[in-house]
Amino acid sequence: MNIVACVKRVPTTDAQAEIAADGTSLKTDGFQYMISFYDEIALEQAVQTKEASGGEVTVLTIGPASGSKEVRECLAKGGDKAIVLADDAWMQRDCRSTAKTLATKLQELGAELVFMGRVATDRDNAAVGPMTATYLGWACVTDVVEMTLEDGGGTAKRETEDGVETVRFSLPAIITCDKGLNEPRYAGLKGIMAAKKKPLEEAGAEDVPNQAVVTGVAPPPERKEGRIVGEGVEAIPALIDALRNEAQVL
Amino acid sequence: MAAYQPLDFFDLEDQYSEEERMVRDSVRSWVGERFMPGIMEHFENATFPMELVPELAELGVFGPTTPEEYGGAGMNNIAYGLICQELERGDSGLRSFVSVQGSLVMYPVFAYGSEEQKKEWLPKLASGEVIGCFGLTEPDFGSNPGGMLTTARRDGDDWILNGRKMWITNGTISQMAIVWARAEEGVMGFIVPCDLPGFSAPEQKHKWSLRASVTSELVMQDVRVPEALRLPKAKGLKAPLGCLTQARYGIAWGGLGAALACFDEGLSYSKERIVFDKPLAGFQLAQKKLADMATRITCGQMLALRLGRLKDEGRATPQQVSMAKRNNVELGLDIARVVRDMLGANGISLEYQVGRHMLNLESVYTYEGTHDIHTLAIGEAVTGIPAYR
Repeated sequence: MNIVACVKRVPTTDAQAEIAADGTSLKTDGFQYMISFYDEIALEQAVQTKEASGGEVTVLTIGPASGSKEVRECLAKGGDKAIVLADDAWMQRDCRSTAKTLATKLQELGAELVFMGRVATDRDNAAVGPMTATYLGWACVTDVVEMTLEDGGGTAKRETEDGVETVRFSLPAIITCDKGLNEPRYAGLKGIMAAKKKPLEEAGAEDVPNQAVVTGVAPPPERKEGRIVGEGVEAIPALIDALRNEAQVL
Repeated sequence: MAAYQPLDFFDLEDQYSEEERMVRDSVRSWVGERFMPGIMEHFENATFPMELVPELAELGVFGPTTPEEYGGAGMNNIAYGLICQELERGDSGLRSFVSVQGSLVMYPVFAYGSEEQKKEWLPKLASGEVIGCFGLTEPDFGSNPGGMLTTARRDGDDWILNGRKMWITNGTISQMAIVWARAEEGVMGFIVPCDLPGFSAPEQKHKWSLRASVTSELVMQDVRVPEALRLPKAKGLKAPLGCLTQARYGIAWGGLGAALACFDEGLSYSKERIVFDKPLAGFQLAQKKLADMATRITCGQMLALRLGRLKDEGRATPQQVSMAKRNNVELGLDIARVVRDMLGANGISLEYQVGRHMLNLESVYTYEGTHDIHTLAIGEAVTGIPAYR
C-alpha cells in the first residue's frame, strides 16, 4: 500500500512566545523545532500499517529546506522516504494553502492512505486534513483513536463529545490521528543510522496564496490575581456567590 | 516539573552533526518521558529499573560504537558521549549501567576477544539479552589494580579462578562477567558465565550513593573456565586499563549531564523562588553562583566536544581522557553542591533532582580512576615525572 504520513515542523511546546516587530507573527530567534505531537502519532500509525500490511511510507512535509533533522527523524522512526516541499514561509501558510499544496502532491504520489495529526500544535487549526480530503474528493475520518483496515477500506473509531463514533471508510482516505491511537516509538540508534541512507527529496512547494491572512497577534489577557474567599466548608457559600455573581460561570 | 532546558551558552548546537543531534534528542526524550517519572522511587528503594532494559536495548544504547555486524549501531564517539550525557542527566546509575555494558563488557570482547567470542557475545549484549559486569577492582586494590590477588591457574584445557572483586556495577544482575586475574604469564581477561560453579555475586547494600544501581561483590572459589572463554588478545594490565579509558571517556560526558540537570533545576528554581519580594535569581550572590556554574559547564562542554572529535580521529590520549573525566566530574559535583545550597531546605528533598545527583557524583568522583589518580596522570603528562608512589 502506498502510505503517506504528512507531518509539520513546529516550535517545541516549551518555546517562549514573543510577538515580532511586525505585530502579526512571533519572533523565531531561539526556537527549537520538533515534529508536531499528533503528527508523531500519524507517522507511527503509518509505520505500523506498513509493518502489518506491507507497502511503503512516504513522509511528506511543507517546511524549510534547513529543517531536515526533524524529517530525518521520521525516517529513523520507520518512514521509507521523505519529501520536503521547501517553503521558508511555511509557518505563515493558511490551512487552504497548505491543504491545496498537499493535495496536489498526494495525487501525484498516488497515495492510497494518508495519515495526519488531528491538529498542528503551533496554529491549532485542525483543518488541513479535512480540507485536503475535500480537494481530493477522498474519504476523511478525523480524531481517530482506533482503526483497522479491510479490503478497499477500513473502520475507524473517533472520540466525540457525545461518545465514541465508529466509521466505515473507503480508500483512498485521509485519517487524522488523535492521542490514544498508538504510542509513538523513539528513534533508535540503528534507525538513525539507517535513515542516513534513505532518500530525502527536496521539491519546490506549490505557491498558493493565502486567503486568510493574520492581521494581528496579541498575547492572552493577563489573568487577574486570585482571591481566597475562605477555608473549609464554611467558604462554599462565598465561593458559589463569587462564581455566580462575579465570574458569572454558574 | 518545568521542561528541561540544557545550557548551551556558546551555541555549540551547530558543532554537532544532524545524526549526533538526533541521537542526543532521542535519548533525551526517552530519559525525560520513561526514566524520570520513576527514578525517585528507585533511588529511595535502592533498585535499578530493570523493566526499562528492553527499551534501552531498543534505543540501541548498549555499545553504540560497536560495528553493526556485531549488533551495534556503528556510531561515532561524539554520539556515544552525548548518550552518556543524556543518561546521566537522568541518573548516574543509569549511565553507569550503560557504561559498564558498552565500555567495560562489550568493548573488551570486541577489542580483545576472538572472532567466535565476538559473534557469540556481542549481539546478545547489544540486545540486552545478556547483562554483563566488569571485575577488576578488589577490596584492597582500587587505584593500584596491578596488585590484584585474584589468580588464574592453568589446569589442562581450563583455567581455575580464585579471588574476590568489589564495587562491581551490575554484578548481581549479570549473566556474564569480564574478570581480570593474575596468571603466571601476567594479567589475563576471562569471559565468566555467572552460573559457573564456585561463582557468586552478592549485592553490596547500604549505599547512600548510586542507589538506583546494583553494586556487587564477585566471589570466585575454584571457578573452572574453559580456555575458549579467555580473551586471547588481552595481554597484561594495559588491556583492562584500555577498557577504563573507554568508560572514562563516557563519564566525562556523563558528568556534564548531571551538571546540566542540576544547573537547569537551580536556574529555574531561583527564577521562581521569591525571597524578600523578588526572585532569588535577582540577587548578586545567586548570580555569582549561576555565572560560575554556567562558565564551568561551558568549558566542560568544549573539552568533551574536542575530546570526542580527537577520539573519532584516533588521536585522543588516555591523559586527555583523564583530564576530561577529572574536570567534568568535579564540576558536576561542585555544581550539585552549590545548587543544593541554592534550593535551601528543598535541596535535601528527593522531589528535586539535585540531592540525588550530589550523592551519586561522590561515587563517580572516585570510580574509574579517582580524582587524585587522574591528577597524577595529568601531572606525569606535563612534567614527565611519575609521582604515583
